[in-house]
Amino acid sequence: MKMAMEYSKKVMDHFMNPRNVGEIEDADGVGEVGNAKCGDIMKMFLKIENGIIKDIKFKTFGCGSAIATSSMATEMVKGKPISEAIKLTNAAVVEALDGLPKVKVHCSVLAEQAIKAALCDYYRRQGVDPEPILGKIPPVESCHIHD
Amino acid sequence: MEKPFIYMDNAATTKTSDSCFNAMLPYIQQNYGNPSSIYSIAHVAKAAVEGARKKASAAIGALPEEIFFTSCATESDNWAIKCGAKLGLDQGKNQIITTNFEHHAVLNACKNLESNGFEVIYLPVDKDGLISPKQVEEAITEKTALVTVMYANNEIGTVLPIPEIGAICRQKGVLFHTDAVQAIGHVEIDVHKQNIDMLSISGHKIHAPKGVGLLYVNKKINLPNLLDGGAQERGRRGGTENVAYIVALGQALEDCAKNIEVREKKIEILRNKIVESVLNEVPKVRVNGSMKHRLSGNVNFSFEGVEGESILLLLDSFGICASSGSACTSGSLDPSHVLLAIGLPHETAHGSLRISLCAENTEKEVDYVIETIPKVISRLREMSPVWNG
Repeated sequence: MKMAMEYSKKVMDHFMNPRNVGEIEDADGVGEVGNAKCGDIMKMFLKIENGIIKDIKFKTFGCGSAIATSSMATEMVKGKPISEAIKLTNAAVVEALDGLPKVKVHCSVLAEQAIKAALCDYYRRQGVDPEPILGKIPPVESCHIHD
Repeated sequence: MEKPFIYMDNAATTKTSDSCFNAMLPYIQQNYGNPSSIYSIAHVAKAAVEGARKKASAAIGALPEEIFFTSCATESDNWAIKCGAKLGLDQGKNQIITTNFEHHAVLNACKNLESNGFEVIYLPVDKDGLISPKQVEEAITEKTALVTVMYANNEIGTVLPIPEIGAICRQKGVLFHTDAVQAIGHVEIDVHKQNIDMLSISGHKIHAPKGVGLLYVNKKINLPNLLDGGAQERGRRGGTENVAYIVALGQALEDCAKNIEVREKKIEILRNKIVESVLNEVPKVRVNGSMKHRLSGNVNFSFEGVEGESILLLLDSFGICASSGSACTSGSLDPSHVLLAIGLPHETAHGSLRISLCAENTEKEVDYVIETIPKVISRLREMSPVWNG
């Protein structure tokens, strides 16, 4: 029962003042990854116009870094074309947050996957097979991903 | 408003009291002699260690010669369990009985014995975080070398029926050890009356500094050494005595044995105020562990739809120190083994919050905490996808 680590100022800022929290009722794509058993669930909502992510919101159940990575990831893709959002990596999210403790890197993986899962849903709703574009989205039991 | 500082994580560690701090100071720069030496500052140091031993023994109903100072309770637990097992092995006994919600110092010492051919029985605690003396009685066989059961649990604060378990072990002629790290100072302990053969104590949970503990060993038991070395501690535990810290531990034990009922009643009233308020103000919350058989200063909640580390970080932003049994705070992938042992599903264990009070906590602090907790929980639930409030 201990606080396992120290977070960077940026992580704490995004945890204390998370950006883009909430839901989009008429979302064009919704993605959810993680599971409650592992202690992390991220849900992302996308509003897409002309191939641009016009709006993005998230809801996250999880630790400080799960909330901070969700917040940072949404900020990094908001207003960007889908083609750029697809390229968002967990490493880029970690870097933007000035690093994450090693045991928390899996949170950034979840954030990347949550956005991809939402895009996946968007393509499916458009009647497009997402797999050639996004690749395979791994199963949701990703809490045990480290590094 | 200036951010307050409210420490309610006394099960993790405590602030060193003025009384302990003042008692130990003369043995750092003044009477720094090695207690084994012959000049006067060494004599003074030696006398201080023996004075601490008297205080420690008086606090738990032991004899001074039954007290062995150690570096911490983890050492005490390892000594009692590994060397107690060795004693049993000499008589052809190779079985250890413990519970499934012990501290890791006990669990991992038992795991070590398992890898050395011992059979370890982990008695399952019930949903309230208790075991019955009958469970112990039924588990004991002619192969049982040692029973080790914690006096009170570190996470959920449940107090186990140690005198009754002690009586059974005494009757069956089985060695009995208890880790009393959380119980000492909060529960009346009398090792002889309660049939306890060995008992571990840590200084830093009772307002002495970190880095000192003790093991009580009943004088009838010829416990083999864990640490071989010089003649310190009657040749049973080598290593130059940590005089100042031993003095502080003696002082802490003398202090905490005083007015135990009055002090604990005061703490309990504050704790109960937190419990009642949180259960009233926050929906979908439960208290983990028996409220009846429980340390007066402990409460452990599980909040639905939120995760423990987030709760702690937000509480910290309000100046409140507490802890959790979530995976993210345990440093592993699984939530606390204690919360799983009482049957909580993983998702409920992840949302746990432990608050542990001491006599220094005030009603004003409690009022601030009960005002803050609902704010913190609802803020996290607002951003939780699994909360449908």
